[in-house]
Amino acid sequence: MNKQSNVYTVVYIIVLVIVVGAALAFTAMGLKPRQIENVNADKMKQILASVLITPAKDSIATDFNHYITEQLVVNDKGQKIGDDAFSVNVSVQSKIVDMSKRELPVYVCTLSEGDVKYIVPLYGTGLWGPIWGYVSFNSDGSTIYGAYFAHEGETPGLGAEIEKPAFSSQFEGKRVFKDGKFLPIEVVKGGVAPVDGADYVDGISGGTITSKGVGAMLSNCLEPYQAFLQTLSTK
Amino acid sequence: MAEKVDFKSVFFNPFSKNNPVVVQVLGICSVLAVTAKLEPACVMGLSVIAVLAFANVIISLLRNTIPTNIRIIVQLVVVAGLVVIVNQLLKAYAYDVSVQLSVFIGLIITNCILMGRLEAFAMGNKPWPAFLDGVGNGIGYSIILIIVAFFRELLGSGTFFGVQVIPQWCYDAGYVNNGLMILPPMALIVVACIIWVQRIFNPDLQEKQ
Repeated sequence: MNKQSNVYTVVYIIVLVIVVGAALAFTAMGLKPRQIENVNADKMKQILASVLITPAKDSIATDFNHYITEQLVVNDKGQKIGDDAFSVNVSVQSKIVDMSKRELPVYVCTLSEGDVKYIVPLYGTGLWGPIWGYVSFNSDGSTIYGAYFAHEGETPGLGAEIEKPAFSSQFEGKRVFKDGKFLPIEVVKGGVAPVDGADYVDGISGGTITSKGVGAMLSNCLEPYQAFLQTLSTK
Repeated sequence: MAEKVDFKSVFFNPFSKNNPVVVQVLGICSVLAVTAKLEPACVMGLSVIAVLAFANVIISLLRNTIPTNIRIIVQLVVVAGLVVIVNQLLKAYAYDVSVQLSVFIGLIITNCILMGRLEAFAMGNKPWPAFLDGVGNGIGYSIILIIVAFFRELLGSGTFFGVQVIPQWCYDAGYVNNGLMILPPMALIVVACIIWVQRIFNPDLQEKQ
């Protein structure tokens, strides 16, 4: 058989592609349920991380159901429009320019009787790809209880430092309402306070674009929650 | 290539005498990308060993059937397929690792060592030596990766696998981590230093004047 003929070449590549394609489709389908489970467990872990809880590997779902006592979806006027926060795609919602059209998930977390935190998700872009996080508020709707940030592929040692507690713990105790004015937390260079008096945290040196991305993410994602957070403070 | 292959040299040569990174100068791109910390460097090394060994075996099994004018495409399809499978497996069974490595796993496809070994060795040898060659080159690559990552993490972040090793009193006395070590150019300089040291111990590798 002539192995250099055109017919042989074409048949060969078609068979090869079908075999490889089938193998890939088979792996992808076979592993899908496990992967979705992992993704969901990871999301629950991240949500709990923003209220400073680190669940054990095999009790993530139980801990999540124990602490997260209520899920809400609100609009930018603070009105409840749904209750399945977990399935809201934050990356899609955060890109909707018209804030009144956004669906805003809120996780209500009861740490102990009467100690309630409100967790809101964040989503934005860093230097190389997406960054995201969760911020939890005390029941006054202004003071941040904890924060968690993650990224897909920021530079290790530089932008990637946003996922370290050294960065996220700076947010604890910061307030988004100053004298009744809504001012999202800013990420600044070298501790220079913003002129409008907003609370601020130190950015990562060498990770300027990632730090700016975190700042932009905070203002873009927290802004529509303004009304919701306000109703909390007057409750 | 000769029919009789010395298995031992096929396996051990890539460690030093014929190292893919510092002698053949392949795969430099990924050395720059993943060596800022030791942990991603180790997982990257393991993944490359696995993908390279399997790709070598598969190509070696197919070697007599592949039409020569599309052999590069066939190699690419096999490598890309394997990389996607590794990525899927990691996502299902080692989710934390896959999150940490994210884009780097996909980058194995672009690793020149793979194409280099498939083209230079697997196309002309039986599966077993091809397997040894794949594992050997993968280990040779990992050794360099780990050496580079060790120095970059130690000098750039003062840590070893994320654990702080430079004592706090050094920092109090004014020691500062060298931020330059974390940036990609320093990986090249560290690789160059390794090449330098290796040439001193292996004079036969030195280019003739």
